[in-house]
Amino acid sequence: MSPVLLFWLAGSGLIGLSVYGLIVNPHPLCKLLALNLLGSGVFLLFGVIARRGASAGLGGDPVPQALVITGIVVAFSATAIAVALLLRLHSEAGEASIDEEEDGQP
Amino acid sequence: MMPLQALAVTETTPGGALLVLGIVMTAVALVGLIGLGGRGARAIVIAALLFQLYVSVRVALMVAGTQSPLAYVVGGFHPPLGITLRADGISALMMVVSAAIFLGAAAFAWKDFAQPKGKPESRASLIFWTALLAMASALNLLFTSSDLFNLYVGIELLTFAAIPVAAIKGGADTLRAALRYLLFAVFGSMLYLFGIVLLYGAYGTLDISGLAAQLQPNAATLTAAGFVTVGLLAKTALFPFHLWLPPAHAGAPAAGSAVLSALVVKGSLFLLMRLWFDTFPTLREPADMQLLALFGALAVIVGSITALRQQRLKLLVAYSTVAQIGYMFFVFTLAPKDAGALIAETAWTGAWTQVVAHAFAKAGMFLAAGLAAEVLGHDRIRDLGGLSSRAPLVVLAFALSGLSLMGLPPSGGFNAKFMLLVAALAEGHWAWGAVIIAGGMLAGAYVFGVLARMMAEPAAGASLKAVGHGRQWIALGLSAVAVLMGLLPLEPIAFLAIGRAL
Repeated sequence: MSPVLLFWLAGSGLIGLSVYGLIVNPHPLCKLLALNLLGSGVFLLFGVIARRGASAGLGGDPVPQALVITGIVVAFSATAIAVALLLRLHSEAGEASIDEEEDGQP
Repeated sequence: MMPLQALAVTETTPGGALLVLGIVMTAVALVGLIGLGGRGARAIVIAALLFQLYVSVRVALMVAGTQSPLAYVVGGFHPPLGITLRADGISALMMVVSAAIFLGAAAFAWKDFAQPKGKPESRASLIFWTALLAMASALNLLFTSSDLFNLYVGIELLTFAAIPVAAIKGGADTLRAALRYLLFAVFGSMLYLFGIVLLYGAYGTLDISGLAAQLQPNAATLTAAGFVTVGLLAKTALFPFHLWLPPAHAGAPAAGSAVLSALVVKGSLFLLMRLWFDTFPTLREPADMQLLALFGALAVIVGSITALRQQRLKLLVAYSTVAQIGYMFFVFTLAPKDAGALIAETAWTGAWTQVVAHAFAKAGMFLAAGLAAEVLGHDRIRDLGGLSSRAPLVVLAFALSGLSLMGLPPSGGFNAKFMLLVAALAEGHWAWGAVIIAGGMLAGAYVFGVLARMMAEPAAGASLKAVGHGRQWIALGLSAVAVLMGLLPLEPIAFLAIGRAL
């Protein structure tokens, strides 16, 4: 098995795992972690593409690397906003769950 | 039909720098906002939005004058390495619409999010103005960029600016809705990113016209297109993914709901239309496009019926957004690559008229719903009585918006639905035609239901507050634009086809 294929499989496995986690885990923190994992899988695949595209004698195609860094920053910001919302929700409601509650309706 | 090469405008055109101004000036104002603090925030935001309206109108006039898109090659680096900003007819249209509605919403929020002297500055108000400006900037980026990764950044900026507005009221329910919105949106954008990673792997470029020129309908491309589409559908809140939208939009303050419902969902929709008509036109198989139209039809029916069953006014208005978005998805099947040009252009014009008419009508309707809640102190539909005697302009604004949502003539909604209906019948898609008519009738049911309540006697013991005339006129003005669009001729609008190979 070539190393490129190994990374492909690892990235795809991460994506599959995280989509599964996102769907079955009801807790928003678990969903958030699953989304981060999904991001990691996508970034890993992008890294593989960069390596594969390095035919001009460079160590790798620099464009995907630049894009992955931007992607990581974006994913980090999303995580930060979600954690802030979660903390606020926990302090307001006493628990952090996104299940609908009908009793709050006047 | 133009050859695909005609799409690839790679040189900066005269006036192309305006596109940069449209994105950068709002970003500069954002920095100023954070530096100068909250007291002057609203004035800076209004000034920046006025400037944006000026730039957008200039762009639209130049596009209309030269009958060709504006382009700007950022930094002189050409694609595939660099990024090209490009404004064709639909970009210019959406830039103007977005600037106008943002300005209306900002003027509406002028008093609500004031920072009066002598009182400590409130954080909510600074956040609101910052987020409003950030949304305007991100939307302009979405409308003009032609690089798929740049568009990813734009769509994420839009989400991150929209979430604080959805969450700004605090309270467990609102926070829950905002969190669900965020999870859906981030999931959607991860799928989108996965799709463009695959595209880059296959073609080595992310430039829209560059991709379109070398696209092969193979398994990798189809997979990529599938992921990108599903990701964007989650962000657009099309039918199976619509559950996050109503609580998030209904929980925001009135001006925030107006821009969220009128413009922010259109950001990802715009990208979806851009992708399927400019990047993947060769992939448009009738069966796949029928699937999108089917989801659109289900959105129209399910959204309208759920709206009918709501007990809160803002939730009703939000569910009507779910339904109205559905209509826009008929364009994917009604503008097929091999149909007669006239039918395709009719459907294309109908869809964009729907986007714009819905934007104005929904902005006006959410502002009216916000004012109604302020007059009555609640937004239970059952107890809306007395509103028409206390705030008749609010009822009028709601009714005019409703006219466009139902699709009664004369209104932009009528033009849109009529053109979509004509295209549907001309192509033999009678089922979609039936859905368009049924959706209009259901919209009539929920709009007239609310209007009847508004004109009823006030409930016993209800105390009605007065609201300022200025804000009522803003709501009325936005609704009136949706109705006045009905004066446009019922035929394909050439402006919308500028710079496109439809």
